[in-house]
Amino acid sequence: MVAGTNSRERGRGDGVSDAVVVARGVGKVFGTDTDRVEALRGIDLQIARGEFISLIGPSGCGKSTLLRLIGDLLQPSAGELVVNGKPPRQARLDRDYGIVFQQPTLLDWRTVRANVELPLEIMGVAREERAARAEEMLALVQLAEFADHHPWQLSGGMQQRVAIARALGFRPALLLMDEPFGALDEMTRELMQQELLRIWTETETTVVFVTHSIPEAVFLSTRVVVMSPRPGRISAVIDVPLAHPRDVETRESDDYYRLITEVREALRRGETGEGRR
Amino acid sequence: MTPRDPTERDVELLESHETDIFAGFEGDIPGEPGRLETWIRAYGPAAAAFVVVLALWEILTRALDIETFLLPKPSEILDRFITNAPIIWGHGFRTLVEALGGFVIGGTLAVAMAFATVRWAAIREGLLPFAIAANTMPIIALAPIANNWFNVTSPLSKMAVVSVIVFFPVMINTTRGLFEVDPGELDLLRSMAATPREVLRHVRIPNALPYFFSALKVASTLSIIGAIVAEYFGGPQDVLGQYILNRANLFQFPDAWAAILVASILGIAFYVLIVLVERLAMPWHVSLRATEGG
Repeated sequence: MVAGTNSRERGRGDGVSDAVVVARGVGKVFGTDTDRVEALRGIDLQIARGEFISLIGPSGCGKSTLLRLIGDLLQPSAGELVVNGKPPRQARLDRDYGIVFQQPTLLDWRTVRANVELPLEIMGVAREERAARAEEMLALVQLAEFADHHPWQLSGGMQQRVAIARALGFRPALLLMDEPFGALDEMTRELMQQELLRIWTETETTVVFVTHSIPEAVFLSTRVVVMSPRPGRISAVIDVPLAHPRDVETRESDDYYRLITEVREALRRGETGEGRR
Repeated sequence: MTPRDPTERDVELLESHETDIFAGFEGDIPGEPGRLETWIRAYGPAAAAFVVVLALWEILTRALDIETFLLPKPSEILDRFITNAPIIWGHGFRTLVEALGGFVIGGTLAVAMAFATVRWAAIREGLLPFAIAANTMPIIALAPIANNWFNVTSPLSKMAVVSVIVFFPVMINTTRGLFEVDPGELDLLRSMAATPREVLRHVRIPNALPYFFSALKVASTLSIIGAIVAEYFGGPQDVLGQYILNRANLFQFPDAWAAILVASILGIAFYVLIVLVERLAMPWHVSLRATEGG
């Protein structure tokens, strides 16, 4: 599942020579001397090209913080992060990653098309090229006919699909997603998960996905990274060898339930502090 | 011409005609209530209240035999409004020029200052508190001083007062709009490695538009008020403020009221103009989505 070569067209990376994210001893402390909170401690993690990694854990385990460190929206207090072979800041300046938040964060004053074009516009992509890419991305998330609508005319699930199209429009090496389906109802959520897997397969991008839903993490991921709080750390990494493409049948399979149980137990061990690595 | 009841067909024609004019506006969905009907529903109650108040005013001033110098009848005011129209509208025009001049000067400086607060933190931290303090001052009290600085006979002295009145609310509101941005949008732009200029263009300015226009709406009425009150402190006679003052001193109150009516019309027209520009500038805004189209 997690094997392959440099060529993203040919398959998934081998996980060592071709790491998109490498974290070594990463820590993050918020606040000042008198009022400090240790959000993360001693994070070691390697994410290979083409992987789909979920970060799961209870509130306060630092999973969003880790995502924001990878995306250079925060700076680590300790350790080292390498994204696409360079410091996160350089990766950000090189537009190596697209990001999707829990809120769609679409600009109300732009149409759906113009929202998808925004990163391309900032990157200085020519007008025709922008239009073509936006078209392609909106087709990918199946919203082509809504290109000229404004965001507020769309449902929450559709808005989030626009946000995904925007994040993928400039073909980033890495897609960072911070509880992107957290605000959606269960039905929409399952549909979106299915969509996301299809998009991941078609674009062969690498995904880091923050969630607090165990079934979501298992259904989507190639590996689930289980985190525990106070301070935030990785308590287990669980491989998810479910076959692709995954669908409704996957959700009803025994392997799926077994993996959900495995993740749940890892979470519980992390909570009680037994499972420290 | 034989008057006849409007048939359904006429109403349909009228509606389809209205729809054609606004074709292309979003929300213009066939089968929705017609424009005429919507307008009547929206503005009917206010129009009715206006007529009732005027009627009551007329009836009570007659029935209670109230002296004209205390409260003239609406019919008397209307009479002067019509007979004196050339004079009072001429005065109104000169007052409007002062108000508009001050509005443009004050508004332009305010926007320039608001952008400066984004560019230089020192301005934001050093000057903004004073601007907020200055906004609470009764600026109109500066009118005699402005008359002294800019020559009492020049419209510039009135524009100066108006521009100071307009400056503070527009500057403070626009600055707030440039800063009170959704942190998620800033994170998003950061992830795209956008420059501060691009953040300004794509996020801060669109975000500030609603704040800016609500300040302009307040400033539009304030500018007419400011110009008239500044005129009370002296200057040329052919302006609304001096006219109202003089007619009141001569106990010609219906004349004064007629001039006040002109001032009100100018104020409302200015306000409506700003509202129209606002709709063109930000049709996407939540406050305008419900009203656009049918």
